[in-house]
Amino acid sequence: MKLHEYQAKELLAQFGVPVPKGRVARTPEEAEAITIELGGSSVIKAQAHTGARGKAGGVKVAKTPEEAKAHAAAILGMQLVTHQTGPAGLPVSAVLVEELVDIEREIYLSVAIDNTPGMPVIIASAQGGMDIEEVAANSPEAIFKQHVDPACGFQPFQGRELAFAIGLDGPLLGPATQLIGNLVKAFEASDGAIAEINPVVVTKDGRLLAADAKFSIDDNAEYRQAALVGQRDRSQEDDRELDAHDHGIQNYVALDGDIGCLVNGAGLAMATMDGIKFAGGEPANFLDIGTANNPEAIAAALRLIGSDPKVKAVLVNIFGGLARTDVIAEGVILAKREGMISQPTVVRLSGTNVDLGNKILDEATDVDLIRADGFADGARKVVAASRGEK
Amino acid sequence: MSVLMNKDSRVVIQGFGGAGQREAKTSIAYGTQVVAGVTPGRGGQTIEGVPIYNTVSEAVEKHQANVSLIFVPAPFAADAILEAERAGVPLIICITEGIPVLDMVKVKRVMKNSKSRLIGPNCPGVISVADRSRAGIMPVDVYLEGNVGVISRSGTLVYEAVDQLSRLGIGQSGSLGVGGDPIIGTTQREALELFEADPDTAAIVLIGEIGGTAEQEAAEYIKQMKKPVVVFIGGATAPPGRRMGHAGAIISGAAGTASAKQQALREAGATVVENPGDIGSTMQAVLKKHGLA
Repeated sequence: MKLHEYQAKELLAQFGVPVPKGRVARTPEEAEAITIELGGSSVIKAQAHTGARGKAGGVKVAKTPEEAKAHAAAILGMQLVTHQTGPAGLPVSAVLVEELVDIEREIYLSVAIDNTPGMPVIIASAQGGMDIEEVAANSPEAIFKQHVDPACGFQPFQGRELAFAIGLDGPLLGPATQLIGNLVKAFEASDGAIAEINPVVVTKDGRLLAADAKFSIDDNAEYRQAALVGQRDRSQEDDRELDAHDHGIQNYVALDGDIGCLVNGAGLAMATMDGIKFAGGEPANFLDIGTANNPEAIAAALRLIGSDPKVKAVLVNIFGGLARTDVIAEGVILAKREGMISQPTVVRLSGTNVDLGNKILDEATDVDLIRADGFADGARKVVAASRGEK
Repeated sequence: MSVLMNKDSRVVIQGFGGAGQREAKTSIAYGTQVVAGVTPGRGGQTIEGVPIYNTVSEAVEKHQANVSLIFVPAPFAADAILEAERAGVPLIICITEGIPVLDMVKVKRVMKNSKSRLIGPNCPGVISVADRSRAGIMPVDVYLEGNVGVISRSGTLVYEAVDQLSRLGIGQSGSLGVGGDPIIGTTQREALELFEADPDTAAIVLIGEIGGTAEQEAAEYIKQMKKPVVVFIGGATAPPGRRMGHAGAIISGAAGTASAKQQALREAGATVVENPGDIGSTMQAVLKKHGLA
């Protein structure tokens, strides 16, 4: 789950990371009032779950409170379209109004999980304000890392090593070390998946400030991060994905194609997408039914897939382990009989209780299904069905 | 005997609820020794003919359990793994999906200095076909005794690969699901080392996924392997930045893409399958080429 910039900055500030003065506004008048409090000038930043907001017209500098009001009026209510959002863009219902700062230097700083050692890693670079992937590709020597060993936690020497490496010495050494340590604290206490400050700015008057902030929370830890989960902005997420989430289907990702898929297991679900592509089709979604092990949940998932107007045919690809194919078969029949899904539906069952599952499908003679034997057969048949072939 | 599981494996199941009981029944019917269950507060009961204990150490003491299979719900699963480790269980297999990654950071740190091996979490478990020794959730009917080892991040793709092999009459020594999470106990590379050293395995199917660099690390080892390896990488069509179900299956950076992994594996000498429907037939061709069929 992602936080907005303003939410991330509130969180970081609680852990002692210095952030610019300012706060969130939801109307042009609020933006104007905050700008007056800030001394008459401000920067107005669209709050949407995407980077590259500046290029898309979502970040504007205001020299006067009136200008702040006008900028906020222009930004609030816009659909922000960037290369990360897709053509529809994301709605903007809040702006962050912050003090203008005189920037001397920009630093990159983040904390994420490094899978191989299985530890959080702090990443720092003197080349802030840029795409860190590009920095890593073009000048890997400009990137510095420190792993946080869970046996002893973050140690100040790690902060010092990073600070010296990226040129934050002299009077900045102490504050930089503290900032890095506090970012790690925020990450660990909040079950962070990624905490990124790009950039940390060194101001002309010698302060360090988190000028931007991205923070996402480990989906698996949402159950123990109630306060942060309460800040979830549903307007930033795909409607169908939210619908899935509300039905206990955690693993639905909307895609651009016209073939719906219902699969058990994330690996098989990915492979099913790949198989459809190989058969000449395009998947409309990724859907792993996970632990949904009752016919109603399966039917609900099919209704969700069928409600996507792009979808022309559906492939149910099940290899039962924990999931039982007889339960899946009942769910498919329920969805068909109740008219929850109208598109041609190809069903492939293997694994746990497959004889029973196939028998249930055989006996439902009133239900029109295309049966597939094996993976490749299923992919081929669903692509044919999506083109109106039999 | 394949790897890790054999006739002497004595399984204790932590979290003896619905799934635990169902899988215990399947394993017992298959021929595996399921010697105990652990559910705190239910010690002294017998469920499905299996004696239940309050703690893992009791189960180890009374029944010499040497494999722990964990079904404990995600919020309590890290605790369950650490309990098994402290009880000295040499092989710990965690099926549970959805464990917070920072919990696994702690577990991984403990396992680093432990004599126990962890498989998973978020995995289908381990099976040794000839010994009918199963600790996991895989459907047993699809397996056929033979000499191909199957390693996978995904559970269902283990079954898919095994099924494709069996339909062609190619049997398996066993399968090992390493798990779909970003932090796991036993890596693909370590799983390859186990099958490379197993005298009953002649060739290996490795099923990776987008995200992370574990496949590249496996490729480094494949360079020095004697046995042929057939690889499929799931998620070639997945968009970057989106988590595809598995917490570990998210493309962030160039190394995480299917094409980067395929390239590293090809260069290491593995045979890479691009269409998931071709895993079995490709292994058939590879076995023929190596005179193993």
